[in-house]
Amino acid sequence: MQSWIPLVPESASTVSWKVDALYFYLSGVTLFFTLLISTVLIFFVIRYRRRTPYEIPRPVAGSHKLETIWTVIPFVIAMTMFAWGARVYFDQYKPPENAIEVYVVGKQWMWKLQHATGQREINELHVPVNRKIKLIMTTEDVIHDFFVPAFRTKADVIPGRYVTLWFEATKTGRYHLFCAEYCGMNHSGMTGSIIVMEPREFDDWLSGNTGSTTPATAGQQLYQTLGCASCHGANGEGGRGPTLVGVFGSNQTLQTGETVRVDEGYVRESILNPQAKLVAGFGPIMPTFQGQVSEDQLLQLIAYIKSLHGAGETTPTTAASPAPAAARPGASPTRNIR
Amino acid sequence: MQAIESFEVPAPPKVNYINAQYGLKSWLLTKDHKRIALLYLGSITFFFFIGGIYALMIRLELLTPQGDFLQSTTYNKVFTQHGIIMVFFFLIPSIPATLGNFLIPMMIGAKDLAFPRINLLSWYIYILGGVVTIYALLAGGVDTGWTFYTPYSTTFSNSYVVAAGLGIFINGFSSILTGLNFIVTIHTMRAPGMTWFRMPLFLWSHYATSLIMVLGTPVIAITILLLAFERLAKVGIFNPAMGGDPVLFQHLFWFYSHPAVYIMILPSMGVISELIANFSRKNIFGYSFVAFSSLAIAVFGFLVWGHHLFVTTQSVYAGMIFSFLSFAVAIPSAIKVFNWTATLYKSSILYDTPMLYALGFIGLFTIGGMTGLFLAALGTDVHLSDTYFVIAHFHYIMVGGALMGYLGGLHYWWPKITGRMYPEGWGRFSALVIFVGFNLTFLPQFVAGYLGMPRRYHAYPPEFQVFNVLSTAGASILGFGMLIPAIYFVWSMRYGRHAEANPWHLPGLEWRTQSPPPTENFEVTPIVTWDAYEFAPREETEVVGKFGPEFERT
Amino acid sequence: MSSHAAAQDVHGHRSLQHHFENMEQQREAGTLGMWVFLVTEIMFFGGMFLAYALYRTFYPAAFASGSNHLDIKLGAVNTGVLILSSFTMALAVYFTQVGNRRPQVLCLVLTLLLGLTFLGIKAVEYHDKYEDHLIPGNLIPGHAFGPAIQEEGQPLDHHKLHLLPGATVEKVEMFYWIYFAMTGMHALHMIIGAGLLTFLIIFSLRGRFDPEYHSPVEVIGLYWHFVDIVWIFLFPLLYLLGRHYH
Repeated sequence: MQSWIPLVPESASTVSWKVDALYFYLSGVTLFFTLLISTVLIFFVIRYRRRTPYEIPRPVAGSHKLETIWTVIPFVIAMTMFAWGARVYFDQYKPPENAIEVYVVGKQWMWKLQHATGQREINELHVPVNRKIKLIMTTEDVIHDFFVPAFRTKADVIPGRYVTLWFEATKTGRYHLFCAEYCGMNHSGMTGSIIVMEPREFDDWLSGNTGSTTPATAGQQLYQTLGCASCHGANGEGGRGPTLVGVFGSNQTLQTGETVRVDEGYVRESILNPQAKLVAGFGPIMPTFQGQVSEDQLLQLIAYIKSLHGAGETTPTTAASPAPAAARPGASPTRNIR
Repeated sequence: MQAIESFEVPAPPKVNYINAQYGLKSWLLTKDHKRIALLYLGSITFFFFIGGIYALMIRLELLTPQGDFLQSTTYNKVFTQHGIIMVFFFLIPSIPATLGNFLIPMMIGAKDLAFPRINLLSWYIYILGGVVTIYALLAGGVDTGWTFYTPYSTTFSNSYVVAAGLGIFINGFSSILTGLNFIVTIHTMRAPGMTWFRMPLFLWSHYATSLIMVLGTPVIAITILLLAFERLAKVGIFNPAMGGDPVLFQHLFWFYSHPAVYIMILPSMGVISELIANFSRKNIFGYSFVAFSSLAIAVFGFLVWGHHLFVTTQSVYAGMIFSFLSFAVAIPSAIKVFNWTATLYKSSILYDTPMLYALGFIGLFTIGGMTGLFLAALGTDVHLSDTYFVIAHFHYIMVGGALMGYLGGLHYWWPKITGRMYPEGWGRFSALVIFVGFNLTFLPQFVAGYLGMPRRYHAYPPEFQVFNVLSTAGASILGFGMLIPAIYFVWSMRYGRHAEANPWHLPGLEWRTQSPPPTENFEVTPIVTWDAYEFAPREETEVVGKFGPEFERT
Repeated sequence: MSSHAAAQDVHGHRSLQHHFENMEQQREAGTLGMWVFLVTEIMFFGGMFLAYALYRTFYPAAFASGSNHLDIKLGAVNTGVLILSSFTMALAVYFTQVGNRRPQVLCLVLTLLLGLTFLGIKAVEYHDKYEDHLIPGNLIPGHAFGPAIQEEGQPLDHHKLHLLPGATVEKVEMFYWIYFAMTGMHALHMIIGAGLLTFLIIFSLRGRFDPEYHSPVEVIGLYWHFVDIVWIFLFPLLYLLGRHYH
């Protein structure tokens, strides 16, 4: 995918031009110093070639002034590069508010994606243009990496953990998706596309692709079949186990006295290893579901728990109170994020 | 262009370290650092060719976008093994174990290193590690990438991970013993009058390298052990299902492997200092700055490992600290480049092969080092991580930097080591071919990387083909260029012109003894009263020692 | 001492290596070499200490449970044994420096015996772990990790593992993995040390060392002290965690 600027891929996200600008600055400085050193070298090599066999040039010990100059100036330049790079990095990795969430599970050797509205995709992701998209990702097996060159962003997916990646596409089109962390036999085959569409087309695509239940609904079904209701209540209201209504995004106090934030990672851990961070006031009676739920199912359970807001429950006070997303005609409801 | 001054060639010296004793046993049980250096030279060259064959296979596969030359599992083993062989069995030992072993005692005026038997032991350990690794390669290969990331390497790979890891583990002790030997030698065995600041810069950079070898290598040793135990006993230290952390492996691995790249480049920088000074007949500008910059690189090099983990999304603040430090570590290298360039001002430059390699080094290392800044900068690293940009960056440093230094040093000291001269015309020609071939191979990879071509890809989207074709064409030229010295070095050992003690009329202590040197290096320990790069029209040796008139060339 | 005089000849002390100028340089090189080697050992053990520190921070209750179950009496005795052995080693070096051969050999033998005592007690501890099914993973096939857990209200059984609140058996396995890795590596270094001491004793009996040439004793003494210091760190970190829980 070439853009009108040679040697640079298509710029298709809000962050792309920022990375490119930094890249051009770095390239410019590199080119400058390379040309400077090469020219000086070539000039010296010709000008000061040996003319008589035994000539000895006058020795020069050095110059503190020069040393200082060529230490300080490169250091200052390096610091500008550092600061600029850090600034862009924050933009690349700061998770946004009000983003459309998509769940991603990498596995050898494919990407499985599921929209919050239920549509499942393999190796492809359809998204609307000019909307913030947040990917919540993990992997079923080894480390992979979700890389979209046109968006200038990537993140490793690590087993046992959730990782977020976000982007806002600025141009419709089809862009490469690569796996960028070596993962075994078919690493180079683990590629796909991000398809960015106009909002109308995206809605058409969504409605043409329903059929799967949403993750939250699938999660609710799992909640029943796995027997969670027996301790946590038929609708998550609690009982022998703590209530789950409104708990996502809140801070809970543990048995040990520490507090913990209930995010995707905490819910996942509590399902797989219940005794690790036990909520205060409850006994260690929850069994582990390790080996009984897949990564997809865990994401569905998490989606369900996220959806549990009690009627009349006050919104939990957290660092980022979820602001309700503006309703869009025909669009699927966006999920609140932390 | 000035040719080497030629005058009446003396008869070669009667007894030197090569003919002092005959027989396989005298070589395999030698305690002479010079013979051990030659043992290393042979084995390192052998491994270099194996690694080179793997490189050739990679480049052949990547000529076409489809994976049609090798199966993907084979390709994965090929790039893994290319990395393992080149990093652990070529780059890390190359200059220290050959040129370092040979020259360090001579440059400080000693008869041998501090621990000659440990020196020989380090070679045997190197060979043992090599044998175990070759076994792993022949038995079926290893396909985890030379970085062995978990959990692929612990749980999912069906290849000979433990065997390959064991080979590397064993080889690490060779590195540690070499570094230990160098440190003790430089501290305790300098000739009378040779203060630290009279030492050639080759010694300063080897000292800094040895510090890294000694401090860093044990960490990779324990990392490999933990990896092996995890794979064999399934204990869970890197396995998240059992409470472990796969990224912990990356931290432990890179804590050594980043300083390791400084092990690979610092000795080469030491060689360049020698070449620049000696082939321009001028002392290195800012000697103490160059000396201290080696130490600074060694120290700072231990603080930047996290820049390999920027996209593991651990902590943006940790990322910032590592990014800052990664920029800081670039500064001492820049200082060296400026000082070398300044040395050439108003000097007297000879265009011989070693100088050509030194000049090539400065240009290529500048590019390699500055492209490192793209990776130190967080914003660009996110895009460039795990793409061909990274591959191009480190090959510029490793091949354009370290290998150039190695070749330049081999040419420079070849007459001292073998008593023969290499053919100068072929030397200059092959340096040029290597320079051109190298740039054609790796410059397109920067572009392919920014365009998004990921690394370790067996097949790739067609739009990247043009860069890969250029790269493979360059690799063929590079390979051809490297075959030429291989041939003429061997040729010269029998047919090359005999070299006198000091063919380039230089002041270094190694040039004040015959070529090849006698076993004990100097008949009497020299007493040093001059600085490292003091050139005089006629080298009056202030060395207390006997050199017969047939060896004296001044 | 007569052995001292006999050791000299026209080339210098008979133990002077040909590439050194004099015994002083040789001694200095040997000592510096051992110090550098010990630094590499610190880095080597350091990796394991790092893993310990990390997982202890993540799983404090499990680590305390595992630590409580170790035999603190045996560990303390071993600590005393090693400290005493370092003392006898230092004495051996002193006696070698002044040329008193009989006390030198005696101290070396005592050091060796104390070292072997340490290893013996360690073997007893390891055997106890084997009996209680605390060997991690499947290191011993057929005898996987699977300790009996102390139940509430049941009579106290010292062979059963008492799980503190928040601890799980998997994380306790992690503790034992690190315990065996660290003490095992330490024991390996002790065995090597014992071998080196044996050599020293043999050479001492043959009169190889004298006030001019005692570098090997000194240098192996350094090694022995280092192995001792590693244990001084291991003992509190592994054995003394969470004792206040009881």
